[in-house]
Amino acid sequence: MTGDPIIELVEVTKVYPLPAGDVIALDRVSMTIGDGEFVAIMGPSGSGKTTLLNQLGCLDRPTSGDLLIAGRNTRVMNDRELTDLRLNTIGYIFQRFNLIPLLSAYENVEFPYLMKHRRPDGSGRVAALLSQVGIDSAMAAHKPPELSGGQQQRVAIARALVNDPRIILCDEPTGNLDSVTGQQIMEMLADLNRQGRTIVTVTHDPGVARYAERVVTFRDGRMT
Amino acid sequence: MKDIILQLALRSIRIHFLRSVLAALGIVIGVVAISSMGMMGANMTLSVKEQLSGMANIVVITAASGPGGGPGMAPGRFGGGSSEEKISEEEFRDIQKIAEKYGLVYVIYRESDTIEVGDRKGRSTIYGLDEDVMRRIFSVSDGAFPKSTSSVIVGPTLAERYDLKVGSRIQIGDEDEGSTTTVRVVGILAERGMSTDINSDMAIIGSEKLFTGIYGSEGEYDQVNLILNDINDSQKARTEILEKMNKKKTTVNVQDSSRMLESITSSLGTMTTFVMAIAGISLLVAATSIFNVMMMSVTERVREIGIMRSIGTQKSEIRRMFLYESVILGIVGAGIGAILSLGIGWVVVLAMVGSTDYFFLPESLGYIPFAMAVGITVCVLSGVYPAWRAANLDPVEALRAE
Repeated sequence: MTGDPIIELVEVTKVYPLPAGDVIALDRVSMTIGDGEFVAIMGPSGSGKTTLLNQLGCLDRPTSGDLLIAGRNTRVMNDRELTDLRLNTIGYIFQRFNLIPLLSAYENVEFPYLMKHRRPDGSGRVAALLSQVGIDSAMAAHKPPELSGGQQQRVAIARALVNDPRIILCDEPTGNLDSVTGQQIMEMLADLNRQGRTIVTVTHDPGVARYAERVVTFRDGRMT
Repeated sequence: MKDIILQLALRSIRIHFLRSVLAALGIVIGVVAISSMGMMGANMTLSVKEQLSGMANIVVITAASGPGGGPGMAPGRFGGGSSEEKISEEEFRDIQKIAEKYGLVYVIYRESDTIEVGDRKGRSTIYGLDEDVMRRIFSVSDGAFPKSTSSVIVGPTLAERYDLKVGSRIQIGDEDEGSTTTVRVVGILAERGMSTDINSDMAIIGSEKLFTGIYGSEGEYDQVNLILNDINDSQKARTEILEKMNKKKTTVNVQDSSRMLESITSSLGTMTTFVMAIAGISLLVAATSIFNVMMMSVTERVREIGIMRSIGTQKSEIRRMFLYESVILGIVGAGIGAILSLGIGWVVVLAMVGSTDYFFLPESLGYIPFAMAVGITVCVLSGVYPAWRAANLDPVEALRAE
């Protein structure tokens, strides 16, 4: 079920300059992820897996090397274009859910939609996504701090999906959840993958990696 | 349309209500200070203008002083610099010919001299004027205009100072220096205020005959006044008199009051600007406070900014969010300030100017929108750097923040 490459890394290196000496977080990483693939990136803390995810999510730029997302080289893109890429092509799911505390669950899901379309959602997509992840309209009116971790992560998934991205990046998506809830969330992600979305998840939980078609292990900034 | 960025700004203000109110309070104070001071200045200017406008239609012609100037007649006994040069009868007729079409032309004899009322000695200006002219330019508050060469009218300030009443006697001249003349007060003038033609409030005014009887110098006038029918002719009349009278040599000086009025108004304007600038310092303090609040807001919301950036929010939207916050503080502060300015400004004007007749004129109330605009601008400027900083945070760093 994997198609053409949607993510390509060519000799991607990320160096953090520190007074005590440069830290090489990613060391000439080359890798291809096909459209519709489910990849788990594993490795101990400090192995560079979160740095990799930040590169894939265009939150950060490689020190050297090329990163191609959906056929476009991110090296030549400016901040505005990269932001648009994050908005339209990439959905992000975080360990700490990262919902905007000032907005209700509904508004959190609607937010990327508003950023993209510049008008409120009239199609009912936001509400449909929320009910799809098991958040009813009463719950959707609550602010994130009033929701449980599992509920927040469901809202975060709905938010990641609202602009229909081709790639979903997850950073320890079950890290802050109990095992039952974590499993439910992983089932959802597996479902999304079956619908044809590319999923890249960073984890050190083998239970999460089990859902993936391919597991990539990192150590000291290199793929092993 | 629902603007979620505006919503975020509003909600941020709401959850930090007290802090936001305190920041806006600075703007309130600044706006009230600037608009009150501005309104005070405007009301003062308008009120002075009103007081002076009575003389704005007067063109004063005096003999040019200096070498080769006027005919250089005998100086008055106690004459100051300006009274040394006189306008001759002939020159007066020339001026009259030129200026008649603009309004009333009349001559003034003027001398400063010692006076004695009872035991009290002092000095006063003595004017000699044509009786008809007297009736046209003055009004008496008590008594009547003089009908004989031994009767005079006096200005209200002089009357008060020497306790003069209708029927009082004044001795003009100094016994040690020669002859004295005693005149009888037949009228007290109404207060006239400051003027360029005749400062009658502190003067003794008698007929031309009385004046020349004391001082001689008949046909040697100290001043020729032109009272304009139309105030807008002032420039034109001045130019024409100057051109025609000074063709061969500089004979006369012409002073139209509109210039003096302009210069007084401009001085008051400068003063108002200065006072407003001092008031503006309060806005500077307010700007610091807004800046501080905005920086706090940015620091507290670093993580939120990181989230927004990571899910595809443009820098410009982040900037907008923080600018909205400072603009809202500015608009609320300036709005409250404007309302308070109406009350506080009114009290300030009443206390400083003594009259609120002009308070509701656009020249005065115009300072409220002006101060509001300044206040809001200050807020926006204070928000620029925090907003810029927020937008340019590194998303990875921002997401890591607690």
